[in-house]
Amino acid sequence: MKNKENISRTRLIIQIIMAVFFNGYVIGFAKGKIFTGATKALCVPVLNCYSCPGALGSCPIGALQSVLGGRKHRFPFYVLGFIMLFGIVFGRFICGFLCPFGLIQDLLHKIPVPKIKVPNLIDKPLRFLKYIILILFVILMPLFFTNDFGISSPYFCKWICPVGTLEGGIPLVFLNESLRNGLGFLFNFKITILIVILVLSLFIYRPFCKYLCPLGALYAFFNKFSLYQMELDKEKCIGCKKCEHACKMNVKVTKNINSFECIRCRECEKACPVNAINSGFNLKKSEEKCENKEKTV
Amino acid sequence: MDRKGILAARVSVFIVSICFIAMGIMRNEHFVVFKKAVKICLECIGLG
Repeated sequence: MKNKENISRTRLIIQIIMAVFFNGYVIGFAKGKIFTGATKALCVPVLNCYSCPGALGSCPIGALQSVLGGRKHRFPFYVLGFIMLFGIVFGRFICGFLCPFGLIQDLLHKIPVPKIKVPNLIDKPLRFLKYIILILFVILMPLFFTNDFGISSPYFCKWICPVGTLEGGIPLVFLNESLRNGLGFLFNFKITILIVILVLSLFIYRPFCKYLCPLGALYAFFNKFSLYQMELDKEKCIGCKKCEHACKMNVKVTKNINSFECIRCRECEKACPVNAINSGFNLKKSEEKCENKEKTV
Repeated sequence: MDRKGILAARVSVFIVSICFIAMGIMRNEHFVVFKKAVKICLECIGLG
């Protein structure tokens, strides 16, 4: 008998542990400096600004833009290799279990205020915005909008990313008087974006993940093929749709459980009254059982 | 897509990702990532 009580608690614990793990350089917060150790050459699987005082690794989206926008290298083999490796193993499990900014949105959404269901007419087309941001701000602009030296800005990080503002901007500005002198329009603009996203998180589940995150957009392509999979046992399913009502990412669980939009939070699994939904890295055994059953029948 | 197709896709992507990382290291892309990550990104934090 599956113990469903622990599903949400286990996820929260893993999210907290990973947030601390990716930002474990505590001395950075005390001194107002960033980590400069060798692990900064490695990409972490989550959207975690490398200018966060605690960050021990590199943000893959920031790294992607810096390689694309640099003078020498154009095709980002190294960063893309990391993204593909994380994607094929985890898919959007990274969004649901590992991402610190996902955790912040989850915690804000737990605050008991009335929740807003975004109408499908707005929600469905808006889900494509993250792919547009990925193509435009992360790939094309760093490639083509360069300065006289052939180097470009990280356009997504500069104009959109709220994670850099929250994890890097606010603590560094707070701890360094010299940086406070540089405050201006860009900082105010980014703070506004951050506040809007955080406030929206109170009313709408994970608005950044649904509509804006380019890393989630990349990992979405791996959801159907990743080692971590969700599985619906159609023989057990009674069609009650409790899974779809429980899904805050509005995934049609009974039709497409490994949808691009599924962040593997397992709320559907928790809600299913007949244990028809499974998830994990090793679903081969349950697939084989179904195949064997078909053969004997 | 059937199980064999999914397995083939996983193995292919896994091998390609490892090759990409290795090629990136040979081209010293990891230094580019490192050099960017050990300096405060003023644009990222809103001071750019």
